[in-house]
Amino acid sequence: MTRFVTLRLVEIAGVLILMSFLIYALIGLMPGDPIDLMRGTDPHLSSADIARLKELYGVGQPLFGRYLAWARQAVIGNLGYSRLFAEPVLTALLPRLANSLALMGTSFVLAFAAALGLGIAAARRPGSVFDRTLNLLCFAGVSVPTFWLALVLILIFAARLGWFPASGIATPGNGGLDDRVWHLALPVLTLTLASVGSYTRYVRAAMREALGQDHIRTARAKGASERRVVWHHALRSALVPVVTVLALSFGSLVSGALVTETMFAYPGMGKLIFDAVMGNDYNLALAALLLATATTLAGNFAADLAYAWLDPRVSY
Amino acid sequence: MLAVIAAAAFAGPLIGTALGIDPTAVDLTSRLAGPSPAHLLGTDELGRDVLLRLMEGGRISLAIGIAAALAAAVIGTTIGLVAGYLGAWTDRLLMRLTDAIIALPLLPLLIVLAALDLGKLGVPARIAQSDDVSLVRIIILAALIGWTTAARLVRGATLVTKNRDFVRAARSLGAGTPHILLRHILPNVMGPLIVATSLSVGDVILLESVLSFLGLGVQPPLASWGSMLSNAQDLIETGSQLAIYPGAMIFLTVIACNLLGDGLQRRLDRQR
Repeated sequence: MTRFVTLRLVEIAGVLILMSFLIYALIGLMPGDPIDLMRGTDPHLSSADIARLKELYGVGQPLFGRYLAWARQAVIGNLGYSRLFAEPVLTALLPRLANSLALMGTSFVLAFAAALGLGIAAARRPGSVFDRTLNLLCFAGVSVPTFWLALVLILIFAARLGWFPASGIATPGNGGLDDRVWHLALPVLTLTLASVGSYTRYVRAAMREALGQDHIRTARAKGASERRVVWHHALRSALVPVVTVLALSFGSLVSGALVTETMFAYPGMGKLIFDAVMGNDYNLALAALLLATATTLAGNFAADLAYAWLDPRVSY
Repeated sequence: MLAVIAAAAFAGPLIGTALGIDPTAVDLTSRLAGPSPAHLLGTDELGRDVLLRLMEGGRISLAIGIAAALAAAVIGTTIGLVAGYLGAWTDRLLMRLTDAIIALPLLPLLIVLAALDLGKLGVPARIAQSDDVSLVRIIILAALIGWTTAARLVRGATLVTKNRDFVRAARSLGAGTPHILLRHILPNVMGPLIVATSLSVGDVILLESVLSFLGLGVQPPLASWGSMLSNAQDLIETGSQLAIYPGAMIFLTVIACNLLGDGLQRRLDRQR
């Protein structure tokens, strides 16, 4: 087990290093030039400063040399300065990461809980009216464009009914928990609705497969209550494939969060990445993209551990 | 339903000519009008006919969806065939790559890719600034990330098929690898591949709409459903119906693609 964890961690580090180079190269291909942009915003910069900055960022060196210069700084925690927010990248990044994790975490838990309940109920009565209605609703959930869903929810609950605020994270001057939850309601609802459809389909498929297995028949034959059969025997084997699929879905959760945050002007990582790319804030975009990748990989890793814990046959 | 939407989208120009309405005609005197006999769904912020614009946008969205899904299927099939047939380290490398792409947060990366300065990649300015480049760019992006499903499917099927007797027979008769892959293995994986491709048309349309909505997709004067929604967002107070229609069209089209894929899947399962 320890060996497996170490191997996975090394692999994750490898992927991160590879991605950092890839993202670095891509950001370099974005329009504009960071030093020229600085010169445009600050007339006091002398040409000596420019030369020093170009030296610092390794302008003119080949791509790999520039990347190494950046990486050497990044490793010691210097990710540079954000042009858009006029503060160090890390200072701009970390509170927004926390906001995003609150949004994604709540939605994930809600969507997963709903998917478990609905998927299991549907798998126990395949072909019933409930099953078929749910199937159609799941298709609707998978097919709805997240931004449009957000727009419709804003129209109904914020513009027409006025129950929830349409944007932001808190009322200015009121940082209370209830106020933040109130602001989170619509974004969480959007992201949950956007992911619950596919989760439910996975749970239902895995549960149907599990309920048809021999050990379930054995459990029934031994007189185990239906409740115990479903929630104990079948669920445990059904969760294995579900966890695998969920691990792969963290990436799309981050993508969904990006759209949701942009729609609700919610200050999270997704909106930050979008703003940074649109505003040519290279340092920020680079660090934010890497952090999003790292978060996703961490989610995958957690799912791997859950997988090993759920399936006694898996030994590493 | 998909057929109806497609037919409507492609018949758009004909109907437009028949009714004597130009979808790009700006009529500032009748802005944001409600439904009327002349404009069945009313007009938008520049007085253009909403129904015809929907048809125009649909043609672009569908064309992108189908083109990118086919391109992704070709890439995925090639990678899947090679990985499954050659096995060993080729297989491991390609499958690791596939897994990595599936697990990554794709939309943030796509935003960067969509914002790239093509001039820095050495694309001539004449091409980089033409109207159609946004279309081609979206198709390439969607294909680049969309091939993974097809690759996994084809690889799985190739692994099963490559040791069947007729493939061994072909090999012992001296058939080359490309011949075996294309003539003997490919036909056996077509079923699941078609299902996956019809599902991915829906995914691509969703992706295109998101990028266009964020302002990174189809650029004016072209319009897709996503970019129409993006325009409508600014008018949410005065003309919320403008936001409802294109979104509903995306929704219906993607549902139709998914149901089509699901139906094909069931038929395929029953045949087995």
